[in-house]
Amino acid sequence: MFALKRRTRGEAVFDGVNVLLMLVICFVTIYPVWYVLVNSLNSGQDAMRGGIYWLPRVFTLDNYAAVVDNPGIVTAMGITVAKTLAGTVLHVFFTAMVAYAFSRRELIGRNLYMILGTVTMIFNGGLIPTFLLIRDLQLLDNFFVYIIPAMFSFFDLIIFVSFFRELPQGLEEAAKIDGANDLVLFLRVVIPVSLPVVATIALFHGVWQWNDYFAGVIYITQNTELQPIQTFLYRVVAQNDTSQMVTAAAGGITKSVTSNSVKMATMVVTTLPIVLAYPFLQRYFVKGLMIGSIKG
Amino acid sequence: MDARAEALEAQRTPARARRGGAAGWARKLLAQRYLQAMALLGVAWMLVFNYIPMYGLIIAFKEYNIIKSVGEAPWAGLTHFREFFSDEQLPGVIRNTIGISLLKLIVGFPLPILFALFLNELRSIRFKKAVQTISYLPHFLSWVILGGILTTWLSDVGVINKVLLALGLIRDPVDYLASPGYFWTIVVSSDIWKELGWSAIIYLAAMASVSPEMYEAATIDGAGRFQKMRYVTLPGIAGTISILFILAVSGLLNSNFDQIFVMRNALNDSTSNVIDIFVYQTGISQSRYSYATAVGLIKSVITLGLLLGANGILKRMNQSTLF
Repeated sequence: MFALKRRTRGEAVFDGVNVLLMLVICFVTIYPVWYVLVNSLNSGQDAMRGGIYWLPRVFTLDNYAAVVDNPGIVTAMGITVAKTLAGTVLHVFFTAMVAYAFSRRELIGRNLYMILGTVTMIFNGGLIPTFLLIRDLQLLDNFFVYIIPAMFSFFDLIIFVSFFRELPQGLEEAAKIDGANDLVLFLRVVIPVSLPVVATIALFHGVWQWNDYFAGVIYITQNTELQPIQTFLYRVVAQNDTSQMVTAAAGGITKSVTSNSVKMATMVVTTLPIVLAYPFLQRYFVKGLMIGSIKG
Repeated sequence: MDARAEALEAQRTPARARRGGAAGWARKLLAQRYLQAMALLGVAWMLVFNYIPMYGLIIAFKEYNIIKSVGEAPWAGLTHFREFFSDEQLPGVIRNTIGISLLKLIVGFPLPILFALFLNELRSIRFKKAVQTISYLPHFLSWVILGGILTTWLSDVGVINKVLLALGLIRDPVDYLASPGYFWTIVVSSDIWKELGWSAIIYLAAMASVSPEMYEAATIDGAGRFQKMRYVTLPGIAGTISILFILAVSGLLNSNFDQIFVMRNALNDSTSNVIDIFVYQTGISQSRYSYATAVGLIKSVITLGLLLGANGILKRMNQSTLF
């Protein structure tokens, strides 16, 4: 009896410490994001005095007005939205289509194709040969550089293949008897019943497209009109090039705005879609990881 | 309709097609022409975007410049490789690459396992879900955003300095990203901050598949919480740990480019110049294509060796492996 009671007390202490530890981890995770949000809602001039940690001191939406007023930011945001939408649709459609063909056991040459793909997962040409290829394909300073080199992924193909394998054979047989060819079969029968895996891959690729800044750094050499918002922010953050922000502030609505406060607002606007998509991501990614781990 | 049904049959029964010889094979190919077209589009993409760059690696052995094509460029043998081994930046590049990666391996690899173990011990399912949800949020934020926060916080007037000054831990403000001595710590800890929750998911999934009977048996044997974590949960996820360890070891030369590219600057160059950054600088900034390709190739070959090596060693130890 005594032993049991003592252990229960020990357990209670363990649970208490554990909960505390988890709360600390949550705080450390959330706080930096909160800090940016609070500072984006505070007057930039006032924020220079420091001390904005928990809530805005001088609340204002001027920073956001300055973001909307800045043609550089608006253009970059448009590029990001366009490349995310177009890139994701094409990536999912193309990878799934190839995966469907690869998933059919009767496909002649299937083993060779799979070997070709597996090699690409463990070895690649690397940065410079890829850059030279992109240049030779006339994709430098071209919007399609975001889309075409990213339209296929063998890793995603494996996830699709393991999902398609699980589909009941009867579905395809029925459509075949009706005289549908494999492409029609893929579009009309396979895609509609594969929405969970399509959503998973779409969300992951969408997040990647949205967040990628490096393609804009390396492949957009002259025409900065084509850089996405992440590349725009990269130049502000890493190269400390706040000139774009300052012109925004100067041409902006009020003097309370500083390049730093506009940066904070831009970061919030850039992150918002990810946070909005987060509940959906969460629903699908564990599932996606599971499907991936079966074959991967 | 009859012919189509027959073609369909031939396609579904390879034995009959084989019996038909070349004619049967051709018929089978014809029947799956749509399927082949779909597959070959993917193969064509891989040939262009994966295999042409692999072929492009031969410029590491050539004197490539923009005027001539890859094929026309004159051979240079191992000149570029020799040049790299006598490059005065080499010791620093190797030290930074290995140093950051080893720190990530030693500190960053066990932490998600510990986090998952403790998360798994939470009694309230709702609280556990909430902690998980919050902990993987940073994984979905880009390094540019995190870099933006870090450069603000780590500057000499930033939050970190304010806190440390207030606590009396430092006397004078330090511009952390401008001081080479702090770069490794900053990179490793921010990487852990970003990926802790995400890396834990796969372990949590593995833990969920450990049979509850094992825990009941351990309880009857008088095992406490820590003992159950040590003797039931941990062995239950050993296979997962093994596979992720292979991947971590094979990534030793892959410093997180996206991350370091945002946080590096001229002032911390002596501790932030890793192989990938070096390749970018020499190749893209200085247009020394052949030289940078040679350096990248050395890295790729060593990485492949590490992958096969780690896999082989764990296989000999009878652990789960990739292949």
